Amino acid sequence: MDDFIAARSQMALSLGFHIIFSCIGMIMPFFMAVSHFKWLKTGNIVYRNVTRAWSRGVAIFFATGAVSGTVLSFELGLLWPEFMKHAGPIFGMPFSLEGTAFFIEAIALGFYLYGWNKFNKWFHWFTGVIVGVSGLASGILVVAANAWMNSPAGFDYVNGQYLNIDPIAAMFNDAWFSQALHMILAALTATGFAVAGVHALMILKRKNVLFHTKAFRIAAVFACAGAILQPLSGDISAKDVAKRQPVKLAAMEAHFKTEEKAALILGGIPDEQNDTVHYALKIPGALSFLAHGNFKTPVTGLEAFPKDVRPPVAITHYAFQLMVGLGMLMLLIAVFYFFTLWRKKKWLEKRWLLKLFAAAIPVGFIAVEAGWTVTEVGRQPWIIYGIMRTRDAVTPMPGIVYSFYIFTAVYVSLSVVVVALLYRQVRMVGKLYDVS
Amino acid sequence: MLYVVMAYLWASILLYVLMGGADFGAGILEFLSTKKSKEQTRKAMYRAIGPIWEANHMWLIIAIVILFVGFPVIYSTVSIYLHIPLVIMLLGIVARGTAFSFRNYDAVQDKMQTVYSKTFMYSSIITPLFLGIIAGSAVSGRIDPLATHFADAYIFSWLGLFPVTVGIFTVTICGFLAAIFIIGETKTEAERQRFIQKAKHMSLAAIAAALLVLIAAQRDGVPLASWLFGNPISITCVVLAALSLIWMWVSLFRQSTKWLRIIAGAQISLLLVAITYEHYPVLINLKNSDGLSLLIHKGTDKTIHALAVALLAGSVFILPALFYLLYSFNKQEEA
Repeated sequence: MDDFIAARSQMALSLGFHIIFSCIGMIMPFFMAVSHFKWLKTGNIVYRNVTRAWSRGVAIFFATGAVSGTVLSFELGLLWPEFMKHAGPIFGMPFSLEGTAFFIEAIALGFYLYGWNKFNKWFHWFTGVIVGVSGLASGILVVAANAWMNSPAGFDYVNGQYLNIDPIAAMFNDAWFSQALHMILAALTATGFAVAGVHALMILKRKNVLFHTKAFRIAAVFACAGAILQPLSGDISAKDVAKRQPVKLAAMEAHFKTEEKAALILGGIPDEQNDTVHYALKIPGALSFLAHGNFKTPVTGLEAFPKDVRPPVAITHYAFQLMVGLGMLMLLIAVFYFFTLWRKKKWLEKRWLLKLFAAAIPVGFIAVEAGWTVTEVGRQPWIIYGIMRTRDAVTPMPGIVYSFYIFTAVYVSLSVVVVALLYRQVRMVGKLYDVS
Repeated sequence: MLYVVMAYLWASILLYVLMGGADFGAGILEFLSTKKSKEQTRKAMYRAIGPIWEANHMWLIIAIVILFVGFPVIYSTVSIYLHIPLVIMLLGIVARGTAFSFRNYDAVQDKMQTVYSKTFMYSSIITPLFLGIIAGSAVSGRIDPLATHFADAYIFSWLGLFPVTVGIFTVTICGFLAAIFIIGETKTEAERQRFIQKAKHMSLAAIAAALLVLIAAQRDGVPLASWLFGNPISITCVVLAALSLIWMWVSLFRQSTKWLRIIAGAQISLLLVAITYEHYPVLINLKNSDGLSLLIHKGTDKTIHALAVALLAGSVFILPALFYLLYSFNKQEEA
């Protein structure tokens, strides 16, 4: 493995690990706050127990997300010093604000975790809400920084010089809104399905059924709301990418020939040598409609771009198809669940419904990873789209491959420990939390 | 506005040394405790740093963000040539942060607790050791951007007598700060005595380590003496720090612990002033070339301005909340 590939792999690994923890750390405080609110309003002790159990989860995920985030803030420089040397002053604004949001989150979490029975109950509840709000703000800001790499703004690039730098314009680049919206809904949906699924599983095992039912209901509603809104945000993103990064869209769709009434390609094996896709299902006109809102508008194909500025087509295409497919699956589950809530309340008790949710535990997070792959791999070969190539940004230090091995070992073992910890938390619910 | 940004950089480094340092030190003290008293040390520690421990480590993030937004050349130079110690420090941060909270939140108490504790204690030593090594290498002119051999560029940029002794000194300082901090949080007289004892030991260790640093500076040709005694401000700081050391020892023997935290905090601050005043505006000294100055290697005015505004605005939210957090948990303890 050469050092450049090692650096990219290490970055991908670190982000792929961090994204899961930050999604949960960003969304779970809201579940916790809703449950806490219900406890304060109804006085039903089960809600208090659920809140306390969830707050432990938040603490574990926050700690893991905080350290993996700290690692990332250094890795940007350790792996991509040339990029940071130029990009730091331009896209650093969201990072400096994120520092504040993250700090506030840490303070609020201190209040919340250690503040049971020590403060006014509504103040205590409010600090939990602040944990969620500042986590969400951090998420939006970090995604805004990533959006800048896709949609560079706030500077003029003249003869290799970065002039007229405007960090505010860089933060509010063209991609920040669509990307941040998509990420937050993804975090909501993925976390919701994962949490709901775990509680569904425990109900199926007939352990602390009342406790897990309350928890399941809160998480499932959030998950399903997210799953229904996400396709709309996906549509905004697709149209946005079509406009800003046509080569990325073309790679996502494995769309090689520029044509009117462009077909939407489902599945298939992209053949990058011969600019074609084998064995694909094609829906004529659908891509034109999805990308530009009109069945006839031409969609630029990969052939319009020289090979050295095209991203790897197969990975981008498969990841995109996987993300959309799983998104559709979650949409169906969500529509079905809301129908159940609306018309068929008795189905809520059915084992098959719970089994459906239990099976969906990893679905949202697989979609998150796939979507992240689309946006990152689809931006290649650029680290700053159209300005700086990833290869030119990498550290001159040789031997990065060893660093990659070390980080892989660390992240794999951390994942194992976190899963084991959560398993123990869930298994001990009867002893620790649900002691009625 | 550049001065606002520099002030924040300085303050976040100081606060990280003080708050993060006390936090690391808690792990070091646990390591140094006898088997019997480990449990007590741990309990006192959770009580003392539990609610604020996440916040303690935010200062590092603030400092690093200021560096990469405001002073990108400095950030990328350090990232390239001190890659190895930075990675080791990061692994320490990951191990320590996760072990600390996993130990606290594991629902089952079994032999995993030993694993968490061991990880926590060792990483509590390794992390500040490498933080000190990084600081020592950055100021002592070991980084050589012109080096052509791997070892010269990436190994001897930090591996040397002076950086390593600075690392050891940092570890002892952390232990010392933790002992002083926890004295104020102890519940029983026996506990209090134990931590006063620890504070005495750690301050002796710090003085010993400081002597090692002086010897190492001499051998490595680092002009440490001229940094400390090169100008009236630095001399004053060093003299005041030395005098306060006497005050602190008297207080420790008389067991009057009221001013201890302030004295310890002041000592560290004075040392940092003494060193940074002489170096200013250079943050990183390089081998065979000019150092990297904060006044020259800075981002554009617009960036610096935006960064300063963000920091000032952030403080409006952070500082009151942080003080209220510290205040209210102190009050709870008293009640």
